[in-house]
Amino acid sequence: MKMNKRHIWQRFIACLDPVLLAAIGLLLLTSLVVLYSASGGNWNRVLLQVINILVACSAMWLAANMPLHYLMRVAVPAYLMGMALLVAVAFFGEITNGARRWLNIGVTTIQPSELMRIAVPLMMAWYFEKNEAMLTLKNYFIATLLLLLPVLLIARQPDLGTSIMIAASGFYVLFLAGISWRVMLTFLAVAMASLPFVWSTLHDYQRHRILMLLDPAQDALGRGYHTIQSVIAVGSGGMVGKGYLHGTQTHLDFLPERTTDFIFAVYSEEFGLLGNLVLLCLYLFVIARGFVITAHASTYFTRLMAGSITLTFSTYAFVNMGMVSGILPVVGVPLPLISYGGTSMVILLLGFGILMSIHAHKKLIQT
Amino acid sequence: MKPHIEFKDTLREIHNFRQRLAICIVFVLLLLLVLFSRFIYLQVIQKNHYQTLAENNRIAVVPIAPSRGLILDRNGVVLAHNYSAYTLEITLSKVPDLQETIEELAKIVDIQPGDRKRFKRMLADNRKYESLPIRNRLTDSEVARFTGQRYRFPGVEIKARLFREYPLHDQSSHLVGYIGRINKNELAHLEEDGVSANYRGSDYIGKTGIEQHYESELHGITGIEQVEVDAAGREVRVLSRTPPIPGNNLVLTIDAKLQAIAEQAFGSYRGALVAIDPSNGEVLAFVSKPGYDSNLFVDGIDEQSWSELNNSPDRPLNNRAIRGQYAPGSTIKPFMALAGLHYNKRSPDYTISDPGYFSLPNSRHRYRDWKKEGHGSVDLFKSIVVSCDTYYYGLATDIGVDHIYDYFSGFGFGKKTGIDMEGEVPGLLPSQEWKRRRYKQKWYVGDTVSVGIGQGYSLVTPLQLAYATAILANGGSAHRPHLLKEVQIPRTNERRPFGTHLESSLNINPDHLALVKKAMVAVTQPGGTAAQAGAGAPYAFAGKTGTAQVIGIKQGERYIESQIQERHRDHAWFMTFAPADQPKIALAVLVENGGHGSSTAAPIARKMLDYFLLGKLPQPLQPVEGAEGIDEDE
Repeated sequence: MKMNKRHIWQRFIACLDPVLLAAIGLLLLTSLVVLYSASGGNWNRVLLQVINILVACSAMWLAANMPLHYLMRVAVPAYLMGMALLVAVAFFGEITNGARRWLNIGVTTIQPSELMRIAVPLMMAWYFEKNEAMLTLKNYFIATLLLLLPVLLIARQPDLGTSIMIAASGFYVLFLAGISWRVMLTFLAVAMASLPFVWSTLHDYQRHRILMLLDPAQDALGRGYHTIQSVIAVGSGGMVGKGYLHGTQTHLDFLPERTTDFIFAVYSEEFGLLGNLVLLCLYLFVIARGFVITAHASTYFTRLMAGSITLTFSTYAFVNMGMVSGILPVVGVPLPLISYGGTSMVILLLGFGILMSIHAHKKLIQT
Repeated sequence: MKPHIEFKDTLREIHNFRQRLAICIVFVLLLLLVLFSRFIYLQVIQKNHYQTLAENNRIAVVPIAPSRGLILDRNGVVLAHNYSAYTLEITLSKVPDLQETIEELAKIVDIQPGDRKRFKRMLADNRKYESLPIRNRLTDSEVARFTGQRYRFPGVEIKARLFREYPLHDQSSHLVGYIGRINKNELAHLEEDGVSANYRGSDYIGKTGIEQHYESELHGITGIEQVEVDAAGREVRVLSRTPPIPGNNLVLTIDAKLQAIAEQAFGSYRGALVAIDPSNGEVLAFVSKPGYDSNLFVDGIDEQSWSELNNSPDRPLNNRAIRGQYAPGSTIKPFMALAGLHYNKRSPDYTISDPGYFSLPNSRHRYRDWKKEGHGSVDLFKSIVVSCDTYYYGLATDIGVDHIYDYFSGFGFGKKTGIDMEGEVPGLLPSQEWKRRRYKQKWYVGDTVSVGIGQGYSLVTPLQLAYATAILANGGSAHRPHLLKEVQIPRTNERRPFGTHLESSLNINPDHLALVKKAMVAVTQPGGTAAQAGAGAPYAFAGKTGTAQVIGIKQGERYIESQIQERHRDHAWFMTFAPADQPKIALAVLVENGGHGSSTAAPIARKMLDYFLLGKLPQPLQPVEGAEGIDEDE
């Protein structure tokens, strides 16, 4: 009986990567600690985040235990469904805050762009795997199309943050799949040339956000306020921070969106440079483990997938911290594993679940 | 072959992949390094800068206005004090739609058209960051009603404020003056003087009278509260507090009761009165009639009251005591007499024969005496008692205008007395030089003739004449008139007396002085021009009547009071000091269009003297409003 119980437990955790799990666990713990301060001591917020984490962990466990061939089978339907939903959003979506991002499916509202964060790289990795034998320029072109379609649809909603992140995750797949430097550089040149055109299609608030990066003080009470206050919070944290629960920027309401996109400012104000270093190390640890898994992945598909997931995660962390510390525009990207929010947590841990699965099932194959 | 190639391809593919992955790893490390350098820049290099910004963010310095000093009369009667009341104030920067907010507020509290107008006017004259009151003096129920619905009105607050109140209303208005909202002009002045920081919490400033002149004493020193504020500007807690230092209280030299008696004695007449203690220059009464209710100005006067005051033919806003310039008329005769004796142009026994007019040699123009048939044989003593014009026509020409100028200057004519109040005018003491400068004309002897009886170019203010009377009463010692007796510093209970300023001391021959005083006493006794007013006085008092012409009377015509429009009638003067031998009070009264000095001005002076010397209230006895039973504030 006792042996049996132990056996079940071993089966239960078999697919989970202990190293990755430990680092993620520490980050999630940090999330709860910072969230308590950021929400002004609101236990309710913390409890909701615990629920978010539990749900996300279940998703991770499921993904980790999912056999890889099953994951490959899911790729096309997931992508097609995502695209269909995105098109539906474009036509029937609900408008909130001037953007059409949500779709009412009767029981609840969903944000299909979140699904695409996984579905797009999945689809692209699947596509490259299918055509592994003879990759030509045409394949890269089609893969790029697979990427650009959802990215443009999401950018149109408009949701600049998500579309950039999905574009990045797709680009990583392309890059790792070996797209030639010449094509990349040509593409880059074309992109640069089309910048003025892109600028003209951007929404006012998006232009504003980009302009504000150049001079946040310009609009100190409007858009620039977010950046100015978050930079003050980070800077005034100093070497060791103002102490837990003692951030004045945080607790006197100067920081905007401090439980979500700007939670890093709270952390940074209260724990200072030392805290930031610890956080960067934790992230680096997760990323490093991700790269190890990527390097050891056994198939083309899993390599691309693992690489994309790890790189996207790094990008999330960089973009958010860069935005909060004032070197990147405010694009609405949460700090991975720390910011409050259910959807992004689920998507992230789903990604890590896939990473674990890639690692675990490779081992299973070998043994 | 084929598997081999595939195998080789896979190897190469893995190799390529690893290469790409390595690039990615370097890229990610680079990004993290960028972040870390940014953190070092913000949190180590620029740390102080951002910590200062964070402090400035959270700490607001809130000025606390000091309470304004009280103004009291010499006996402690309150002339100006403060009381606390609630106001409804709008902070403009925090209100999304001002008009709508006011409309909504009007549904809860009573907002009169007058309140709106005042608000608009203040809006036009707004200083930065100020909140403006839409309603003053809220009732308790209004406070309760607003508090209940406060959430609906961001940027609207109830504030407890101190209000200035003048309990005597229109009594002493010209003396005490009033405060009003600081306007742009005054703000610029405060900035010039480098005291604008002390006014950061203040909305009001003294505009006229004592309130204006002693602004720096009354205002006090603004306190500072450092408060922690949240992003919405709400106070979270007080970090430190430097309490304000209240303004100093002013004790005036004025006797409010004496003042009240004077104001009452004027009745419906316009005019002015200044009473001075000759021994030290303390101003005992300072009246300009009509006055106005100073309280009207405190919150910004409403348009109707303002136009009433401003357009009234009685000109109630004009401070006649220091700004009204009138021909001194016969009141200067005692001074002329002294000048005649001083320059040896007349001896006490020198006698003229008065035919009722005076003519210059080689001229047929007649300068008439006020008494058509003349006063007969007149010496210096009689010239004052009966106010003989003819005597002084001749005397003036003998002394000459420049000597008159020199001698009269010693009594303060023709220049400001330097009283502690703004806006004083200098009057006019003519001289040859003055006429040349002013009119580019030669001085004629005929001009001197008019000067001899205080007509022509001569102009004095009631304050000047009172001052001259005080100098005369005091035997030539001139103490600058002043309204402030002492400054009381409320926190330390320290008292700072004003002190007396001996301006100058004229060298008057005691015999000359005695003679002129004797004659002035005779003025108030049977046979004198003010005999009626002097009747039954148990003390000896010296006086001199005077009449200032308002319109010229043509050669050969007579001035008949009853046939002349009220506003064209002569102004009546009376100057007096008492008791004659040891003067305690010297005063000058001017009654505009009062006709003769003896009939309107002298009786006012008599009532003052009776009260001041005997403590006697005027008959019929009228309760003196406001002079008693005032609770002191604070």
